[in-house]
Amino acid sequence: MADLASLRASAFDSQPPDSTALRIHALGPSLRLVLRAKAPATVAAGAAFGPALPEQACRAAENGMRAALWLGPDEWLLIASESESPALPAALERALAGKPHALVDVSHRDAGLEIAGPMAATALNAGCPLDLDPEAFPPGACARTLFAKCEITLWRRDAARFHVLFARSFAAYMSDYLDEVRRELAAAPEAG
Amino acid sequence: MLLIDCPFCGAHAEIEFRYAGEADLARPSAAAGDGAWIEFLYFRRNPMGLHAERWRHTHGCGRFFNALRDTVSDRFVATYKPGEAPPAAAAAADHDR
Repeated sequence: MADLASLRASAFDSQPPDSTALRIHALGPSLRLVLRAKAPATVAAGAAFGPALPEQACRAAENGMRAALWLGPDEWLLIASESESPALPAALERALAGKPHALVDVSHRDAGLEIAGPMAATALNAGCPLDLDPEAFPPGACARTLFAKCEITLWRRDAARFHVLFARSFAAYMSDYLDEVRRELAAAPEAG
Repeated sequence: MLLIDCPFCGAHAEIEFRYAGEADLARPSAAAGDGAWIEFLYFRRNPMGLHAERWRHTHGCGRFFNALRDTVSDRFVATYKPGEAPPAAAAAADHDR
């Protein structure tokens, strides 16, 4: 039988244990744009943006600091360094002039976390129903999905490194939930 | 966990989706009269068995699509994009069970 006395944690412990198997830190600000468009506007946007907009569902295309994430059949999230504002949105608007589209700056809508380490997928699956097996969700895959009650945009950068974007009003909720997950994983290190 | 096969982005968990009522309801013309409008607004088939319905991948790609679902077993027989005809083979196979 488990030695409960040594595993017991106070309900008021505020700091979750640090772990090299699971590293969570906040992503800095970046320029984020949501583009709703259909061809030929998507082709023009891709040419102006750098990486062409991925046509395959749930895939991201990267080029240097710029990335285009497929969110829906006519919807992409464009991510670039914050210093490219306002030049990049203006360049995209010029490229899209006359073509039906909606380009919205959502840089300040979302907060982001990087979740990395061998336990990253296990930690995400504590709240997210997606199959995060590398075969089903390989590096470069992205999806809008749920983490517990929070809608997130999940992007797998490497086998053990994820970016998670969510509305900034959910930041406290996400942070608390992930702290709970960290405590859980620390108590059961053999999981996953 | 029930997986629903979104025709736009593949199989995802049921909680990402929202039910959006019966599919293929044709809106009557403004001159159609009260009877046709009452029928359109308030009356649904509510079948026990195969049902064509609209679903939205709310927490995913955000798109509406149609699904053939068995209301008895909750089994999704087929999903297809709006405007497309339901896959006849799937519908027939389910009726034959």
